[in-house]
Amino acid sequence: MYVAVKGGAAAIESSWRLLAQQRRGDTAVPELSVAQIRSQLTLAVDRVMSEGSLYDPELAALAIKQASGDLMEAIFLLRAYRTTLPRLGYSEPLDTARIALVRRISAAFKEVPGGQLLGPTYDYTQRLLDFALLAEGQDQPAVLDSVGAPEGAIAPPAPVPRINDLLAREGLLETPQPLDAQAPGDLTRDPLMFPADRALRLQALARGDEGWLLAMGYSTQRGYANSHPFAGEIRRGTVSVELVPDELGFAIDIGDLEVTECQMINQFSGSRDVPPQFTQGYGLAFGGAERKTMAMALVDRALRADELGEPRVAPAQDTEFVLSHADNVEASGFVQHLKLPHYVDFQAELELVRKLRQTHVETAQGSANPFNPTQQEAA
Amino acid sequence: MDQHYNFAFLDERTKKRIRRALLKAVAVPGYQVPFGSREMPFAYGWGTGGVQITASIMGKNDVLKVIDQGSDDTTNAVNIRRFFARTTGVATTSKTREATLIQTRHRIPEVPLTEAQTLVYQVPMPEPLAKLEPRRQETIKMHALSEYGLMHVRLYEDIAQLGAISHAYDYPVMVNERYLMSPSPIPKFDIPKMHMNPALQLFGAGREKRLYAIPPYTPVRSLDFEDHPFEVQHWEHACALCGASESYLDEMIVDDAGSRLFVCSDSDYCEDRRDAGHVGTQQAVTLTPSPQEAA
Repeated sequence: MYVAVKGGAAAIESSWRLLAQQRRGDTAVPELSVAQIRSQLTLAVDRVMSEGSLYDPELAALAIKQASGDLMEAIFLLRAYRTTLPRLGYSEPLDTARIALVRRISAAFKEVPGGQLLGPTYDYTQRLLDFALLAEGQDQPAVLDSVGAPEGAIAPPAPVPRINDLLAREGLLETPQPLDAQAPGDLTRDPLMFPADRALRLQALARGDEGWLLAMGYSTQRGYANSHPFAGEIRRGTVSVELVPDELGFAIDIGDLEVTECQMINQFSGSRDVPPQFTQGYGLAFGGAERKTMAMALVDRALRADELGEPRVAPAQDTEFVLSHADNVEASGFVQHLKLPHYVDFQAELELVRKLRQTHVETAQGSANPFNPTQQEAA
Repeated sequence: MDQHYNFAFLDERTKKRIRRALLKAVAVPGYQVPFGSREMPFAYGWGTGGVQITASIMGKNDVLKVIDQGSDDTTNAVNIRRFFARTTGVATTSKTREATLIQTRHRIPEVPLTEAQTLVYQVPMPEPLAKLEPRRQETIKMHALSEYGLMHVRLYEDIAQLGAISHAYDYPVMVNERYLMSPSPIPKFDIPKMHMNPALQLFGAGREKRLYAIPPYTPVRSLDFEDHPFEVQHWEHACALCGASESYLDEMIVDDAGSRLFVCSDSDYCEDRRDAGHVGTQQAVTLTPSPQEAA
């Protein structure tokens, strides 16, 4: 005889143990340390910090370890940790012109003040598998004497003016200003409502899923929204974070962040009142995140359609569509909730479909027409 | 109780903000109040809205019951109950009558609730108009103007095309004759229980960042037509374990021949009845194929 299903608690506990086994893998292989992840899987750590909205490389590395390398799960772990942390204050805006550069390129100008700095990039690596890395203990890259910053840019870094600022000085580039004097909203405190202003949109994009932004940005290049971008500038480096404590009334340096920033320069527009000028899209993320910030800048630009008087014709220009589906913690949760039991609703549907099928048969029999296709099927 | 976390996990400021949103929700029955939903240690879509409400209103003397699909022992219900036991130390129960706070997904308990109880629903999609108009910016206006004609047309089209309204769960309801509301994906069988219920009913949609409420003794009406009145599900069978013929049943496939066993979805209700001496047939049944399949 059937006994009502019991044992959910025991099953959950067993599942935890199996998960721990899965994470540890073959115990004959040494355990992976959080320090190793932090220093050797840095781009994974950076992505988890960005989309997890918490700059803490150690906890991000821990999350990656705990999630067996599933980055979305790691992002979720970090978000769930940060959710109840108190808000101590809001920092001053980062000044990315004062940056200790690791990399900086402009695709718009051959030479720029502050110089082009290739830095570490996969761009010119000729993607051939490096079998030397298979041999353990062989991975000892030669150390460059002056890794990163060009001469004179080592602490304190000399200002590296942003190309957008140089263009704006000439009036060639529009410089969007906040619409009012109000402090920007905070979408981690208040729900995102639409229409959303640019500050909120950029917040949502900064924590948005890299894959989603990449696809959305890509679509704008293929004709879904009319966008002709130039990578005005991409820079990666360390900037300082400053906070004005209430007690002091002036800014103090509270630490450094590594960020990647992308400024896209887009097709000019103009009107009767405004002479033609270039427009811009902006991307910023923690650590090394070039793909993410470039995609973010494309999407930011596309979402400025209303503001710039462009027709909204493509998905990437639809603020509510783009931002409502950009958060991978939300998306992953809801897609995967389909694993939860839905017996009750399925039973309701079963009952309904059985009833509708019954009605269907009765109706078909009622109209006794030899040419009735429904009846033929039934036979 | 786990001392590493605040009582019920959330910090007091967050709980206060949620309670303020709940007060607004109670003041405007059926209206969806936007709130600063937090990431929780549960995945979005797995009850984060309900969990945030429960965490915000729970006191040390509450007795908590958590059900999913009507049962206390489904894995998600177990998980949420243990989370609260761990972070609050409050008493938990599977007995509907003993609980002061009941968090649910997809069902309303069969036993009538009382004024001393609060029912917290987990809601995946709070917007009843979402399948007709996916943009929240638009649906907010439609609610403000009570512009619900679209929903009536949808129900009419169902009848015209299928002969019946095809909402078997998450059936659209009017609350206090003002706001169209999603009752959450409970089967329409449970909707009459919402009407004039003595208990406070709170709804939380964490991912969609909305809260809403049905205060005690509030009218809740299912949309229907005079010639196609609202009706609830009925079964030809009674519960095989307790013989109940008035409860919502789960259907299980028990052998390769496709025999079905029908048992109460509300496990506490079923157990109570069995304890009181009610006995079902203890038999699985063979469903008669529809005439179509038979032919």
